[in-house]
Amino acid sequence: MAEASSADLKQTPLYERHVTAGGRMVPFAGYALPVQYPSGIMAEHKWTREQASLFDVSHMGPSVLTLARPSGDAEADHAAIAAIIEPLICGDIAGLKPGQIRYTLLLNDKGGIIDDLMVGRPAERPGTLYIVVNAGTKEGDFALIAQAAGDRARLDRADNGGLLALQGPEAAAVMAALLPDATRLGFMQFGTFDWNGVPVTISRAGYTGEDGFEILVPGHMAVALWDELLVDPRVRPAGLGARDSLRLEAALPLYGHDLDDSVSPIEANLGFAVSRRRREAADFPGARRILAERDGQLTRKRVALIVEGAPAREGAEILDAEGSVIGVVTSGGFAPSLGKAIALGFVPPAATAIGTRLQVSVRGRAQQAEITATPFVPHRYFRKPA
Amino acid sequence: MTTKYTPDHEYIRVDGSTGIVGITAHAQEQLGDIVFVELPEMGKVLKKGDEAAVVESVKAASEIYSPMAGEVVAVNCLLTEEPGLLNAEPENGGWIFKIKITDAGELDTLLDDAAYADLTR
Repeated sequence: MAEASSADLKQTPLYERHVTAGGRMVPFAGYALPVQYPSGIMAEHKWTREQASLFDVSHMGPSVLTLARPSGDAEADHAAIAAIIEPLICGDIAGLKPGQIRYTLLLNDKGGIIDDLMVGRPAERPGTLYIVVNAGTKEGDFALIAQAAGDRARLDRADNGGLLALQGPEAAAVMAALLPDATRLGFMQFGTFDWNGVPVTISRAGYTGEDGFEILVPGHMAVALWDELLVDPRVRPAGLGARDSLRLEAALPLYGHDLDDSVSPIEANLGFAVSRRRREAADFPGARRILAERDGQLTRKRVALIVEGAPAREGAEILDAEGSVIGVVTSGGFAPSLGKAIALGFVPPAATAIGTRLQVSVRGRAQQAEITATPFVPHRYFRKPA
Repeated sequence: MTTKYTPDHEYIRVDGSTGIVGITAHAQEQLGDIVFVELPEMGKVLKKGDEAAVVESVKAASEIYSPMAGEVVAVNCLLTEEPGLLNAEPENGGWIFKIKITDAGELDTLLDDAAYADLTR
């Protein structure tokens, strides 16, 4: 197998903790990270759905974009910083309320997705944006954002610290013991809190379909935070394997698999990420293609499939009922919560109706598959009462 | 009865002219939770090293190769309903298939207990 040798891999501040806990370390986006702990992916997956799991996502790319010359007027400064990032993405950043974070997409001129990312408006620091990009694309993303900022803003990387994801139905109860104020956050809200004298940025988000938090902590305090969270008997560590099966059940796309720079937001079934104001202004990269696709001029769309029999993995062909190849699986595997195989993939619009009977080719054998509604497992994000 | 191993972590337990094939405890541990097993067809004639079955964990699919040449004379249908048996008792109830051995001489090309233990140490 042609894998990077472990000497080439970067370590997160939690590396020693993973090794001590018996984590099976694998190369992932240039980092050595645990794919699973001794309990195994299935147990970690189920624990996340029933209790709470702690994931090390320090390989991802948190950063802060700061206006170089703030005016001191919070609204004007937010508008100015939003105007720097908006030309690269399709989300409405100007319209974010203080403390709100949004899932959005970095696009190329052809409307293809360069990355999916989170952009937040900090409540306490006007004229800045909190931006978290994917590990595999972060160098390019950061270069692109820094280039767009020029001398108008400064991009500070925060990807040498610790980023921990606490996910699961008990996550809020666990957080209540650590930082009770953070439990007041609603889904897709974030804030900075003082934890043992250090600032931690906490967002109520994740990528498992469960309620939970992502916590950015300075590198030298990452181990202490990890240890403190694991003191709670409701919390167990989980690895990349469970993270992947959880996000697949939640039908959330994974960059480099379900998304790449040829796929548009509409094809990816991420039309919601094209904010209304931006759509009406048609002022984002690839707007012409994306708006035409939104009006129905589309050749493929991301769908969810329930697969009978063996799991259909990435690259498996999707066939129509007659056996003609019509698409491809981009993520697939076994859904521990459902006890069956599921997949995400792209098919022509005519084959996207829920209940459409299709087939997938696994090791040359056609197996039955059916288009199903997303997500496979209901999301349980924390929505604050209005 | 003799048990021999391949460097790919299959075992064959030979009793007279038949051999029971499965994966070792070490292999199942490396694979993790097994969620699907594709069994060979009855009557299939295999050469040594032919792909015979597929074992799938949550993460990935792994091919199982026949340690010796032979004809498939039994498959473990329990694994279709309960693939986790392969994790629980890989070298007993979680066996995968049985072959009628064509060339008993091939047994000597496989690893014995000590050599396999060395490999996985």
